[in-house]
Amino acid sequence: MTLSKDQQREAYRRMLSIRSFEQAAARQIDNGEIPGAVHSSIGQEAAIVGACMALRDTDYITGTHRSHGHPIGKGAKLPPLMAELMGRTTGICKGRGGSMHLADSSVGIIGESAIVGGGIPIATGAGLSAHVRGTDQVSLCFFGDGATNEGSFHESLNMAAIWKLPVIYFCENNLYAATTPLRSSHGQPDVAHRAAGYGMPGVIVDGQDLEAVHAATGAAVARARRGEGPTLIEAKTYRFDEHAIGLFLPSIYRSSEEVDRYKRERDPLALYRQALLAAGHGEAELAALEQSVSRQVDEAVEFARNSPHPDPAEVYEFMYSNPINYPRAERQSS
Amino acid sequence: MTSQRLSYLSAILEAQKEEMERDPSVIMMGEDIALYSATGVLGKLDNKRLWSTPISELGFTGMGVGAAMTGLRPIVDLTIASFAYLASDQIINQAAKVRYLTGGQARVPIVFRMSMWHNQANAAQHSDRPYPMFMNVPGLKIIAPSGARDMKGMLKAAIRDDDPVLVFEDNDLWMKSEDVPSDPDFLVPLGKAAVKREGRDVTIVSIAGCILHTLPAAEQLAGEGIEAEVIDLRSLAPLDTDSILASVAKTGRLVIVDYAHRTNSAAAEIAAIVAEEAFDALKAPIQRVTTPDVHIPFSPKLERPLYPNKDKVVAAVKKIIK
Repeated sequence: MTLSKDQQREAYRRMLSIRSFEQAAARQIDNGEIPGAVHSSIGQEAAIVGACMALRDTDYITGTHRSHGHPIGKGAKLPPLMAELMGRTTGICKGRGGSMHLADSSVGIIGESAIVGGGIPIATGAGLSAHVRGTDQVSLCFFGDGATNEGSFHESLNMAAIWKLPVIYFCENNLYAATTPLRSSHGQPDVAHRAAGYGMPGVIVDGQDLEAVHAATGAAVARARRGEGPTLIEAKTYRFDEHAIGLFLPSIYRSSEEVDRYKRERDPLALYRQALLAAGHGEAELAALEQSVSRQVDEAVEFARNSPHPDPAEVYEFMYSNPINYPRAERQSS
Repeated sequence: MTSQRLSYLSAILEAQKEEMERDPSVIMMGEDIALYSATGVLGKLDNKRLWSTPISELGFTGMGVGAAMTGLRPIVDLTIASFAYLASDQIINQAAKVRYLTGGQARVPIVFRMSMWHNQANAAQHSDRPYPMFMNVPGLKIIAPSGARDMKGMLKAAIRDDDPVLVFEDNDLWMKSEDVPSDPDFLVPLGKAAVKREGRDVTIVSIAGCILHTLPAAEQLAGEGIEAEVIDLRSLAPLDTDSILASVAKTGRLVIVDYAHRTNSAAAEIAAIVAEEAFDALKAPIQRVTTPDVHIPFSPKLERPLYPNKDKVVAAVKKIIK
């Protein structure tokens, strides 16, 4: 299963968008334009985009606190994402979610959960829902290696397997749960091996190789659509930035040699650029794409800067679909 | 309107059956569900509507949330209310919050059922009445009906509601019967209290099975010339503050009867609201009849005296009506 020339361009565009968007976000944290915590996906772009490109627009995904890559990977528009990071009323979540919850339902995202493992049962329920409603949608769940030690992971995989639900469990294994290395939190190095315990396939894939991720995910998606049940995919990847941008760390938990080696040898964008050139895409074509993405990110930042802040009087909005006697703001503000 | 005599428990089963027949997007999930809580539904529906789950409260609760966000209306049966603690991340961090967190993109039409099995010698891990904990979470609707009629009408309204609703079922009430309208569209709206008895001297606010003590207490007081107004709260979130304040404005006295532990109970919140908003109407201090802050013991000799009962309600009223 290989990507067409157009799909390759689109995959590269989405990977570039994630990186450029997050580099812009890092600059805006520095200049005080983005409040709160920001967790970047830089280094993990091939895993995210390779998985998302194997899905249809109508398929569901859930994500994590590292939430920028997933909507961009699934094809979301950048301006509402950037506006959300800057807390504006034009933000995708109207300034209620921020960097850890960049969920864009227009591209099938049903939640970016900042509770580790929190989205895994939700994605499983979306798979159940597709099964009950008789559609051929699949549900793909992104989570990190840290989440695989949560009860929600084990409970969800078990139920998806016994009921053969159309769910793809996609582990972005970046080797560190915040600062805890995988080797000190797992009894063996491969998350995918846990699949055997639930009676589903477990697949290990090079998360820095977009086409390999795409092929593995495509096979899992096809299996899910055939009604044969879930798959656990483990993409071996790496996070280039700190757990959160600007995080103060009192001690070192990974060597700078390791980080430098990944950046030098395993950068998914550099690797894919080489692959695209080898596949016959021209240097000028790629350079034009890079400029176009850079311009789109600048435009997203400008859009966000020019957007209004939310009105504090509207803080109760979006609590309920069907409000009853709510808000009692006149009582609660005193 | 025709009606039928239903127990509180059969009202639950009837409500589920009718809503599942009416709306194909309603599904049920829970442990041992085919055997217990879906009785009367089984056999009439295809096997995709009832999900008898492994013992995985967190997992299946979250699956219900995901299903609710993608077009279904799940009824998640957590059976014993204490088991909701295992599922609380999905109830609190997901069901209650995702609509807000996504700026209104999400919709979570889900019902969580849980029963309160206090007074049954089941000791501390099966005897909690944890509704006040969930009242501290914005984004949830919480009901605790006290009779078959309200249970059927409110559970049906909850299933049709587009927001997450927690239903606290009081095991003391399961076998109590009432006449319930047979109309399959009979609904009791969420968010409104019911005046079960009118009176001028004191307001007694009653929650769930406390009605079994407050109405007899009001009867006894009436025999002594004290007319109590009994308000059955029915809905804990949103709280029908207007009904409580209107009654207190009339009677000038308030007793709240609540099975929860005393600290931060529903009674504590109601007392605070009345103190803030109707202090001038009060002729006497507000009284709370609650369960003390101690774990529920196994031995019935230890357990039974802890809870609100008729005598405690009468004593609380008499304390503020000299």
